Amino acid sequence: MENTIAIIGGGVAGMQAALTLKELGMRPVILEREERLGGKLNTWDRLFPTWTPAREVLDPLLEAVRGAGIEVRLGAAVEGVSPDGRGVTLAGGERLAAEAVVVASGFDLFDARLKEEYGYGIYDNVITSADLETMFREKRVLTADGRVPRRVAILHCVGSRDEKVKQNHCSRVCCITGVKQAMEIRELYPECEVFNFYMDMRMFGPGYEEIYRQSQEEYKVVHIRGRISEVSPTLDGRLQMKTEDTLIGRPMKMEADMLVLLVGMCPARSNRSLAVSGNLSLGDSGFFAAADAFRGNTRCGENGRIFFAGTATAPKNVGESLNEGTAAAWQAYRSVKGGASW
Amino acid sequence: MVDWGYTINKPRAIAYDANDHTWENALQEAVPVLRSCIGCGNCTATCTAGNFVPFNIRKLQTLVRRGEYAGLRKELDKCMLCGKCRLVCPRGINTRKMIVTLKRLLAQPVAAGIPVAPGAASTAGQR
Ligand SMILES: Cc1cc2nc3c(=O)[nH]c(=O)nc-3n(C[C@H](O)[C@H](O)[C@H](O)COP(=O)(O)OP(=O)(O)OC[C@H]3O[C@@H](n4cnc5c(N)ncnc54)[C@H](O)[C@@H]3O)c2cc1C
Ligand code: SF4
Ligand code: SF4
Ligand code: SF4
Repeated sequence: MENTIAIIGGGVAGMQAALTLKELGMRPVILEREERLGGKLNTWDRLFPTWTPAREVLDPLLEAVRGAGIEVRLGAAVEGVSPDGRGVTLAGGERLAAEAVVVASGFDLFDARLKEEYGYGIYDNVITSADLETMFREKRVLTADGRVPRRVAILHCVGSRDEKVKQNHCSRVCCITGVKQAMEIRELYPECEVFNFYMDMRMFGPGYEEIYRQSQEEYKVVHIRGRISEVSPTLDGRLQMKTEDTLIGRPMKMEADMLVLLVGMCPARSNRSLAVSGNLSLGDSGFFAAADAFRGNTRCGENGRIFFAGTATAPKNVGESLNEGTAAAWQAYRSVKGGASW
Repeated sequence: MVDWGYTINKPRAIAYDANDHTWENALQEAVPVLRSCIGCGNCTATCTAGNFVPFNIRKLQTLVRRGEYAGLRKELDKCMLCGKCRLVCPRGINTRKMIVTLKRLLAQPVAAGIPVAPGAASTAGQR
């Protein structure tokens, strides 16, 4: 149908792209694999850097998508995209014609079980940052046997910056997430000690460094520079972690009641089939490679009709993903309607 | 003269410009991936030797890369070449090869075409 733009993925980036396209008089269609829109924000509790409930970001977006009468197809997993951007193929083989495509298929969480040495899925009280968000939503963070933890350790860079699992990139948002979560635990249980084990503290956004400092001064979170090398259970059901305190230069052992793994952002699992079908290139680690890193970061190639928004191309925060939704929508609009080629 | 019990300390600073970097360069040439170390400490954390005696493989190789070789031979003798450190390195550095290379360079520096590393053979511990 005329003016149809297929949007792969209904996370924040895809919804923002759809809203912008609708406003420009186009006919966006959101194709979402899951049974609801919203992507990862459906599972996060409160967002850095402002502690805003994720719902407060998501609900107005969902409301706007509904209000604008944007077509949404749930349970519609896209498997292929035409190299000319004139349509997509859904799982099951259905083809949907379009005039351009916005790829907003987001990211997948790193599967923490691949780092066996940390015992996720083996020891009860090893959880991921995503599990912790669910616990925060329920307003209680308890050990498997229902106790309030006396000490929690948070480990950075799990499934990021790690050649062993072929994820060499930095996931960017996990440092600030780890600091945020440490503060939230201290808020919830002031008696509970929290230790963050980091290698580099990457506070890339506005206000993030200030939050890091606040975590030290006001929240008394302890940051130890060293990557945990392995975890084992103790006789009394706690966890023992080994690391090096690299600022002191000696191996270190520490026990904790709970270990939180800050799992990284990995390329979404459909990237490969979309890339092969649409002749799209994948960059390091398997995220989509945009035309260039400056004026072309939401475009694929020079004059194509395939565009990228959000974490499909690299780890980003919510604000950045939303902005790219708008940028990709404008470029998709221009590619169909013509106009100054900026 | 009154003995105040004080001696003059050697300067603690790493004199980077004054240090002899031939050795370090030979090591980095043999194990180029060493340049990618992010100092995470996994090698030291897991090190069989370092958990029992004062021996820090991360610090040792960093010192060599700054041109600091004091006590190197004595330090390297503590390594059992078990290779555990290699298994945990997130940068995929062949730490075991690095150690073997250092040992080889130490054993035959002149044959390898490089001068004897200053202080490497001394028994004084590393700073
Ligand atoms: C633990 C953690 C905590 C975070 N906390 C914050 C925070 O506090 N503040 C902040 O700013 N950022 C945070 N982030 C980052 C934030 O989650 C992302 O910026 C945001 O989710 C990106 O949105 P997106 O639309 O690009 O991707 P996603 O949220 O991943 O959405 C993509 C959507 O596309 C769908 N999809 C995927 N493939 C297909 C396909 N082939 N066909 C159809 N549909 C498909 C998915 O089902 C999903 O609904 C956090 C990230 C992590 C890992
Ligand atoms: S943001 Fe921090 S925790 Fe995440 S991969 Fe980068 S350095 Fe590691
Ligand atoms: S090979 Fe040497 S340095 Fe490496 S873990 Fe074994 S003893 Fe330690
Ligand atoms: S494990 Fe690898 S990256 Fe980490 S300090 Fe040792 S050599 Fe460097």
